[in-house]
Amino acid sequence: MSASTNVDQAARGHEEVDKSKRRFLIGATTVVGAVGTVALLVPFVSSMAPSERAKAAGAPVEADIGKLEFGQQMSIEYRGKPVWVVRRTEEMLNILKETEEGLKDPRSDVLSQQPQYAKNVHRSIKPEYLIVVGICTHLGCSPTYRPELAPADLGAEWKGGWYCPCHGSRFDMSGRVTSSSPAGTNLVIPAYSYLSDSRILIGVDQENA
Amino acid sequence: MKNLMAWIDARFPLTKMWEDHLSKYYAPKNFNFWYYFGSLALLVLVLQIVTGVFLTMHYKPDAGMAFASVEYIMRDVNWGWLIRYMHATGASAFFIVVYLHMFRGLIYGSYKNPRELIWIFGMMIYLALMAEAFMGYLLPWGQMSYWGAQVIVNLFGAIPGFGPELAVWIRGDFVVSDATLNRFFAFHVVAVPLVLIGLIVAHILALHEVGSNNPDGVDIKKDKDENGIPVDGIPFHPYYSVKDIVGVVVFLMFFFAVIFFAPEMGGYFLEHANFIPADPLKTPEHIAPVWYFTPFYTVLRAVPNPFGGVIAMGAAVVILFFLPWIDRNPIRSWRYRGFLHKYNILFFVVAFIWLGFLGVQAVTPLFAELGLRFTEVYFLFFIVMWFYNKPRSAVFSFTVFATLIALLLFIDSIRFSALSTEGKDYITTAFLIPAVYLFLTILGPVFASGLTEEKPVPARVTH
Amino acid sequence: MNTTIETIFKLLAIFTIVILLGFLVKAATSGSHHGVPLQKADINIGNKASLQRGYKYATNYCLGCHAASYSRYNRIGRDLGITEKQLTDNLIFTSNIRGEQSKPGDLMKVAMTKTYAKEAFGTVPPDLSLLTRSRGVDWIYTYLKSFYKDDSRPFGVNNLAFPDVGMPHVLWDLQGWQEKHVHAEDDGHGNKHETVSLELSEPGSKTPAEYDQVVRDITNFMAYLAEPVQQQRKTLGFFVMLFLVVFFVAAYFLKKEYWKDIH
Repeated sequence: MSASTNVDQAARGHEEVDKSKRRFLIGATTVVGAVGTVALLVPFVSSMAPSERAKAAGAPVEADIGKLEFGQQMSIEYRGKPVWVVRRTEEMLNILKETEEGLKDPRSDVLSQQPQYAKNVHRSIKPEYLIVVGICTHLGCSPTYRPELAPADLGAEWKGGWYCPCHGSRFDMSGRVTSSSPAGTNLVIPAYSYLSDSRILIGVDQENA
Repeated sequence: MKNLMAWIDARFPLTKMWEDHLSKYYAPKNFNFWYYFGSLALLVLVLQIVTGVFLTMHYKPDAGMAFASVEYIMRDVNWGWLIRYMHATGASAFFIVVYLHMFRGLIYGSYKNPRELIWIFGMMIYLALMAEAFMGYLLPWGQMSYWGAQVIVNLFGAIPGFGPELAVWIRGDFVVSDATLNRFFAFHVVAVPLVLIGLIVAHILALHEVGSNNPDGVDIKKDKDENGIPVDGIPFHPYYSVKDIVGVVVFLMFFFAVIFFAPEMGGYFLEHANFIPADPLKTPEHIAPVWYFTPFYTVLRAVPNPFGGVIAMGAAVVILFFLPWIDRNPIRSWRYRGFLHKYNILFFVVAFIWLGFLGVQAVTPLFAELGLRFTEVYFLFFIVMWFYNKPRSAVFSFTVFATLIALLLFIDSIRFSALSTEGKDYITTAFLIPAVYLFLTILGPVFASGLTEEKPVPARVTH
Repeated sequence: MNTTIETIFKLLAIFTIVILLGFLVKAATSGSHHGVPLQKADINIGNKASLQRGYKYATNYCLGCHAASYSRYNRIGRDLGITEKQLTDNLIFTSNIRGEQSKPGDLMKVAMTKTYAKEAFGTVPPDLSLLTRSRGVDWIYTYLKSFYKDDSRPFGVNNLAFPDVGMPHVLWDLQGWQEKHVHAEDDGHGNKHETVSLELSEPGSKTPAEYDQVVRDITNFMAYLAEPVQQQRKTLGFFVMLFLVVFFVAAYFLKKEYWKDIH
């Protein structure tokens, strides 16, 4: 008698019961095994997420803006990126209110670019201070701060803002992108909040502060 | 689906491989407990590779950062502690599984014709595994990592002539340093795993070419049915795939019990001294290799001359390669070889365990003496095994016995003067260990031929 | 005749193996008693109050000289139930290179520089993060209780668990001062042996029982610090074992079902 006929005869003997029982047992073992496999995958996948070191390095940053003069820009590093704080003049704010044409997103309708409390013409909590991520939304260069009006190289229409030297994108004093720019969206406003009149906390929304 | 398979099979032997190695690979139906360890070894290999890859994402192979990066994994990386424990426990588990796997080969004669090449590939895997573990152990850059590596690399320096230059070349420096760490990292993560995988593929191909052995040592291919299928054979899939899953689950119970409840295992899996960063200026009180190397470490220490010790240690591993030619008795399984063979193997195992135990201890005169004696037994095992391969005359038995005893006494006479007073106390009693062993195994059959009486090997497998 | 001799040989053979294994077990289980007998720390990592006290003592007495540079303040905060504000206000005394106070997410480095440490103590005090894993919980406990007056040492103290240690007795104000007494004893058979004991010559602000608790708390905290995840590890382990039992049942019955075919 061969092994195969041994196997077949035994199987044929109680075929009905065997098949469904086997299918059930295979199913049960597979399900338990699958649960175990997924459970085993969780730690490995999770280990690739930011570690405590990355989270600590990416922790919210406090900045003292009390000594900022009108028209002055300071730069603070947050999560490896430059965050600019600019103290805007009355004149700059008035220009912002007047201008809506020539901008791709004058009302900050693209919600991903700013927190809800920065969805206004000055794109900030307090009009006087703009807090903005200093990275061009086109391909990631760092735009140059050009607060002056109508300089020779930027033309008579220039009303102050940022000019990106890489591909020529232009942003106004609220970081709003012009229609002629290669960049498609306004400069990003990070989450931030005021700890006091002169101290801000970058990375934490006002509600969570 | 059938069309897809046909398309693939026309271009790649997928179905053929599935059949040759799984669904139509006929394995003996009487595999027992000792047959789980091959598939378990494969499981541990996969575990080590997967956990190893994820550790490499966070580990820094730089002498100034390595230790801290391991603690970073343990504390700051999500689930890093689990991945690290799995890898460390996996290393020890690999050796436990492999030693049990080798033991199976020993008792069932799986190294004998026509499976000599499987055994040789297996021994090469064992060597590669030891290299892999040794280099991996340097990576945490703890005190034991550093000084263990220092001691072992210095052994290469003991080779006469080019030894010291060789040691410098291995280290890439005059002492174990960042250069050594980086290259051991390259070997541990890339080179040796590739070699291991290649050897394991060869090992399995060689096995499947000849077919598996079994606890009775019966050749199942001798008895085939009208379809050419061995009557005592069953397809590996589904029978052994389903059985091996049970083996895997039981293994995982032990494996995860250690990881979750005793990851240090009393300092044997994660050594206490390795929680101190490596300090080239401070040698720990007690340098010991990890437990799976300790038997060979004892052999090394048993020979006072450094180079001699290296030779002895190497010989202890290399002699295993020759097992198929040392043991030529045609009966494979110890079930049918007679009492003496069983006793000989068990004595060898006890000696091996003793060697292992002594390797973790600090050297005292008593332990040094025992280390030498069990080393003698270790090597004598192979001579004894060759000896009772076939029936021997009384004259030959007494001659061999006398020669070996004389050799032991000669060794004792050389080393006697170098012993401490305490050591001299032990030497005569300790002599009994190899002497009684030889008396029982070489002379035993002269007085009681029943000791080597073989049993008839059945034609069909039993349970 | 032959079978009797055969039986004798077989018994002798089995006897040799049993004897060898017996001695092995004996040798393995007789722990070597080199060094000082250690007192049991008897800690409970689950006792959060004890851990909090231990962290308090560690901050006040230890972390001025010893770093815990693999640990982060906020991890301790989360595990011990201390808020980030409490950490910043009470428990963080290091700063970065610009003089800004370390943040809760930072690693617990030490304010004392290596240069200063070498000049003042001859050696850099070891990092505390892993000490209970290398020395053992009982050793740390015994060590902190075993300082005694010794005028021959630079700081006027020595330690039974760590002879000629370079560390001063930081907890002296709590424990007081101990003195070493050596009793030579004769067991009546001409064998002399010495017992060493420490006796409190000047009391500190804590009674001996209270001081034991202080040291227990510190040791408990250090045991936690060496492996912060250990509680969660054990809890998860319980569930993993449970799952494996379920998996075993399924796999076992599957195997049995298939193997009904085989005779």
